[in-house]
Amino acid sequence: MEDIVKTFPDTIANDGITIEVRSGEVHCLLGENGAGKTVLMSVLFGLYRPDSGRIIYKGESIQINSPKDAIKNRIGMVHQHFMLVPTLTVTQNVMLGQYAYTKILNNTDKVAERLREMSQQFGLDIDPCALISELSVGEQQRVEILKALYHGADLLILDEPTAVLTPQETTHLLGFLRQLVDNGLTIIFITHKLEEVMQVSDRVTVLRDGKVVATVDTVDTDPRELARFMVGRDVLMELTREATQPGPVVLSVKGLCVNDERGLPAVKGVSFDVREKEIVGIAGVSGNGQTELALALAGLTECTFDELALGGRPVMNVSPRKLFETGLVHIPEDRHKMGVVLPFTIAENIILEDYHCQPNSHHGFLNKRYISQHAVMLVEKFDIRASGINEELEHLSGGNQQKVVMARELDRKPRFLLVNQPTRGIDIGATEYIRQQILLQRDKNCAILLISTDLEEIFMLSDRILVIYEGQIIGEVPADRKLIEQVGLWMAGQRSTV
Amino acid sequence: MDILLLVSIAQSILAATWRMATPLIYTAIGEIFTERSGVINIGLEGIMLIGALSGYVVTSYTDSLFLGISSAVLSGIISGLLFSLFTVTIKANQIVVGAAFNMIGTGLTGFIYRTLYSGGSTDKLVLDTFPSIKIPLLSDIPFFGEILFQQNLMVYATVVLVPLAAFILSKTAFGLYVKAVGEHPKAADTSGINVTLIRYISTTIGATLAALGGAYLSMAHANQFVEGIATGRGFIALAVVVFGRWSPWGAMGASLLFGVFYALQLRLQAMSGNVIPYQFLQVLPYLATLIVLVSLKGRGAEPKALGKPYKA
Repeated sequence: MEDIVKTFPDTIANDGITIEVRSGEVHCLLGENGAGKTVLMSVLFGLYRPDSGRIIYKGESIQINSPKDAIKNRIGMVHQHFMLVPTLTVTQNVMLGQYAYTKILNNTDKVAERLREMSQQFGLDIDPCALISELSVGEQQRVEILKALYHGADLLILDEPTAVLTPQETTHLLGFLRQLVDNGLTIIFITHKLEEVMQVSDRVTVLRDGKVVATVDTVDTDPRELARFMVGRDVLMELTREATQPGPVVLSVKGLCVNDERGLPAVKGVSFDVREKEIVGIAGVSGNGQTELALALAGLTECTFDELALGGRPVMNVSPRKLFETGLVHIPEDRHKMGVVLPFTIAENIILEDYHCQPNSHHGFLNKRYISQHAVMLVEKFDIRASGINEELEHLSGGNQQKVVMARELDRKPRFLLVNQPTRGIDIGATEYIRQQILLQRDKNCAILLISTDLEEIFMLSDRILVIYEGQIIGEVPADRKLIEQVGLWMAGQRSTV
Repeated sequence: MDILLLVSIAQSILAATWRMATPLIYTAIGEIFTERSGVINIGLEGIMLIGALSGYVVTSYTDSLFLGISSAVLSGIISGLLFSLFTVTIKANQIVVGAAFNMIGTGLTGFIYRTLYSGGSTDKLVLDTFPSIKIPLLSDIPFFGEILFQQNLMVYATVVLVPLAAFILSKTAFGLYVKAVGEHPKAADTSGINVTLIRYISTTIGATLAALGGAYLSMAHANQFVEGIATGRGFIALAVVVFGRWSPWGAMGASLLFGVFYALQLRLQAMSGNVIPYQFLQVLPYLATLIVLVSLKGRGAEPKALGKPYKA
């Protein structure tokens, strides 16, 4: 791809990018969120038209105007959010778009048979007749790969494929990719995880702010250098975390059960304590009850329990505001849905929880002067990069939005901090900052429950680790990196100890 | 009451059931295509009226049922294309556009009907409708003969329409694409399916069948056009689609349910004399259908992208 430029109304996503991918290699595209990796690959796959630049593929300059063109040119893409119709079977999904609109489908069995063969040949273990909605996330990903292979892909693009996988699934996937390359495929692997780059790739191209920073052979580089390319400065790879002596129990949970929004049990009787000066990490693959657990602890959904006490006092299904007053602070998993109001300004978002009390308002009128001063102070303290306190949240990057949430919540001086996925979808720089803030809270005697699907993050921050699987805590270990294998096995549902 | 009388009442109710279900079957089957592709058209009532009037006007001037039906089909195609233009291309809110179609359909058909037919001779107002066709031998079967084999062509056509719709949805590439577009348009798009085209076609199929359902009312059921002749059937059809879980066979079952209640109230009107005001009896099929539909609502089968415009 030569000199690709793609602009959107507000931003330049790709600013003259030239990359070269050699046949038969795994080429990693590394960069922070918003660096332009996905946009670049969407141009290659025909989802976006570039403003300028050209694509040279197998020695010829080609035009790709739609995904159909891409598939015809034997380019396949596995999107970060799977492009599978959940109500259709694997076979039906593979057959999408391949036939004239008027055709009667009489070869379904043949396609299914071929898929079964291919699935066996590559060891993918997929039943072509299964409904997509019945498959696990890992299986769905394998269906996506199978789909691309069925359509004869020579070049396979994978967009952040490991974000949704357990460590074992990740290892399996990376091994499988090497196997595909040995069979003559070329793979472009989009990621922001450095370990994966080191494990799987032959060469790496690092993007930052829509430009190519460097292209290097993987053997000639190391994670530290790549991180520097990505962020533009040195990054602390490891946070310094001193061991502390946990204090008295702050949150005590016994036999907590929560139903999900469909009314099915999602959390099935979990019990644990969180102490002062302690970070308890809850590890698990997404969708194993973490969301419901966090909602229940924050008082946002109904639940049943044998005991639920905060600071020694029982809390019974009380309102979120009451919980705030007992010192609970919640940093929600989905900041757009629950953390912030996007069209509101920074200042307005900061008073969302306290607008009704002194000194933010007086007799029902807002005290604008105090609110502004306070917001300016927090913006400075938490290093929020914005044009001012009156900038709307929707114009900030994900990292800065999350910092606004952190600023508002941590300013409450919590006794118990509930953090769910604090750094999901956030670039390395802001991630590092946010993690430091969480550690800082611990040192201020706060009890912290950290829920995260990012195992690195769990091990980096926690003092103790609990593993949640299908709504139950199935294991507990101290945060010792030697135990990462064990945690991974638990996350995949294996109860036995190694 | 002797047994023979009961049997004859049951027979006449059941014979009317299919006839009363027919306009709903047409309209609901059409809406299934529309909704399966992710577009919701609540303007069915208006489109039924447009179809009823255009079929009626052309038949009354040309004395040709074929030309009448053709013009109803044409009016449906035009309505469908217009609806798609606003909702798929311009991406306007589908509910608002549907409400507009209902109002325009009611107002426009009333206006045109009065302009063309007020002050004229009354014999011009009545049409020769689709005749009942007695199927030889079968129509002589006791009891069932009259119920199943003495209907008009548009009623018989539903026997073809329902399995055909089910076949298209489950066994053709087009049906597969329609379902994909309604569930996950982006996945369809990345597979090379033209989401816009599929939605245009599905919406137009829906509007065309709704216009046919309307034309049935003025050309096969009654023998003339009356203002507001659809009497809420467009809305009942929407409920029928939900109850039938977006499947043609399910929609047919739900339509027949409405048909039974409708036929029952007709019979009750005839039998009750003036004891019960007829307005109360007329409410019965709508009320009964709605109660059944609400208590058995089709859960979970709704297309995921229903009502959401697709932005690439």
